[in-house]
Amino acid sequence: MDFAILLVTVLPVALRVMVPIALAAIGEVFAERAGVVNIGLEGILVISAFFAVVGADAFGSPWAGLVAGVLAGLGVGLLHALLSIYLKGDQIISGVGINLLGLGLVGFGAVVLWGSRSFQVPNALWVPGIPVPWGSVSPLVIVTVLAAPFTWWLLHKTAFGLRVKAVGENPEAADVVGVPVERVRLLAVLYGAALAGLGGAALSLDWTHTILNTLPAGRGFIALAAVVFSKLNPLLALFGGFLFGYFDALAIQLASAGGAGEEGQIPYQFVRMIPYLATLIVVAGAIGRARFPQAIAQPYRRE
Amino acid sequence: MSARLGGLRVLLEVGVALLLGLALGAVLMALWGYDPWKAYQALFQGALGDRFGIANTLSRATPLILTGLTFAVGVRAGLFNIGAQGQMILGALVAVLIGGLLDLPPGLHLPVTVLGAMLAGALWSLPAAFLKLTRGVHEVISTIMLNWIAYWFTGYVVIAYLSQGRRSLQVDPTARFPLIMAGSDLSYALLLSVLLAGLVYWALWHHVAGYELRAAGLNPEAARYGGVRPNRSLVWAFLLGGLAAGGAGAVEVLGRLPFAITNDLSNLGTLGFDGIAVALVGRNHPLGILLSAVFFGALAAGRTMMGYRAGVPFDMIQIVQGVIILAIAAPEMWRIARLRPRRARTPAAAGPAGTGTEGTEGGEGGERERERRQA
Repeated sequence: MDFAILLVTVLPVALRVMVPIALAAIGEVFAERAGVVNIGLEGILVISAFFAVVGADAFGSPWAGLVAGVLAGLGVGLLHALLSIYLKGDQIISGVGINLLGLGLVGFGAVVLWGSRSFQVPNALWVPGIPVPWGSVSPLVIVTVLAAPFTWWLLHKTAFGLRVKAVGENPEAADVVGVPVERVRLLAVLYGAALAGLGGAALSLDWTHTILNTLPAGRGFIALAAVVFSKLNPLLALFGGFLFGYFDALAIQLASAGGAGEEGQIPYQFVRMIPYLATLIVVAGAIGRARFPQAIAQPYRRE
Repeated sequence: MSARLGGLRVLLEVGVALLLGLALGAVLMALWGYDPWKAYQALFQGALGDRFGIANTLSRATPLILTGLTFAVGVRAGLFNIGAQGQMILGALVAVLIGGLLDLPPGLHLPVTVLGAMLAGALWSLPAAFLKLTRGVHEVISTIMLNWIAYWFTGYVVIAYLSQGRRSLQVDPTARFPLIMAGSDLSYALLLSVLLAGLVYWALWHHVAGYELRAAGLNPEAARYGGVRPNRSLVWAFLLGGLAAGGAGAVEVLGRLPFAITNDLSNLGTLGFDGIAVALVGRNHPLGILLSAVFFGALAAGRTMMGYRAGVPFDMIQIVQGVIILAIAAPEMWRIARLRPRRARTPAAAGPAGTGTEGTEGGEGGERERERRQA
């Protein structure tokens, strides 16, 4: 296949691949603005991807699956919030625990429910595309594109957004003027986790149509890279998500374009490295360092 | 607080975390219709039931000690280095290359192979160090990306150049660790791991460079004021961690069957990531890591028996590990009861006079918390 043509034809795929990364990144921008880091995005993605399939299977509808995915994301977000906000735990360690829990829970659940480590989602449960003149577009792509400006608006144009930024920058001062620091942080974490949950649901029901415990394959961490790249701007997080999604999609298309692994072709293992290499390069090249909120990753204690 | 009381509290916290992990695992098993009692009995039998079980436990603990050290040294220097997985994989690859392709005299083959694997791990830690120092890239992001690159690279080399059926070629007998116990998987690789743990202890607590490393980890600004170069300490922490992780790949490949890497890299598993749990439970101290590696080694050794006798999928062990880490993340979990009345206090009661010092006190609390966690 001509490489130049591939670069263009990969675009629609890239949009779909972007969804989990971008949604997780946009949500994480919001949570980090409130001072809470969640490196458990990878775990949220896989847990919500799993429960999305379970929900869709139980109710026979992909929409129920999406709701289940969001609820699963909220559940994990609640756990992270409880540990890191209310119990003043270490956010990074909590995130590692969530990632490990995700690996185990989904591996265990898949074997218990379907008797196999991976499960193919039947066609009837796929999220249907919205027909457009040039084919069809996933509704989740539209939601993702809208989530970025909405989050930006929430953060910069509403009283709630102001409170979120206040508890991230200076929780003591916010507390003095009567902002309930812990509750605002909780809501910000839940918002981020819900978006990541929707991203996880998209991962299994809308894109890969499969579920196994290593399904995100590092995309939760790529989303974290997109957060750094965005300098905590939701609009740039969307762009970052698209950028990483593009490289991801390119790798997938190249690997499945046939010929990979044959004489004279790039081995598919090297193709599979592309998203990770691209992430390293983009994050290293991001101009200027991101400025994170003052109180990031620090629990707030009132004494 | 006296040191002894602090030690007791650490033990209590870790104990509560381990129990919570096992208890929630039991609840989950019961929910899905498995018999938790039977499962844990089988786990115990498989891990510690007879001398072969114990040998298997120690054999499983051998690489975990090393990947645990990787994470712990990072934490001591203020890093969250989760790159052990990729460094371990490359260490294993180099161990197969030197151990399987190079013809060296017995007595020399093994040490050269181990050293090569360790250097490979150290080499793979350098990009993360470089990106952090020059570009400010957080090591959580860079190390995960490097892990995946190492995974696909090793998968390629194994399949394209080393494959013999479902695994790579085996390392020569001259490059294998001699067995401690015949008929088991327990080899003298254990001795190497324990020695390296001792070496890390000596380096961190009885050598100037280690003192500087820990000082930089506790407070880089203060350390710099005191004449420490935090950047240099950081590179040392990455390198030391990489050496240990590369060694973990070596002991896994040179110390037990299949003395090779399987095509899907499955015999290397998640040894690197498991090291995070090992280090956290071991409180990032070499001695604690030795003990906690035996605990996690027992889980790994017993899970086969658990699956065989009670039919429980081995992923259960990862759930237990995850819960343990979550419990460790919030060391105050067992003090929920004591936290509650404090939160009930109204802002008005605190008064404006009290608020003036809130900021600094909160900050100190955080600092103390950090120190305690590392101690």
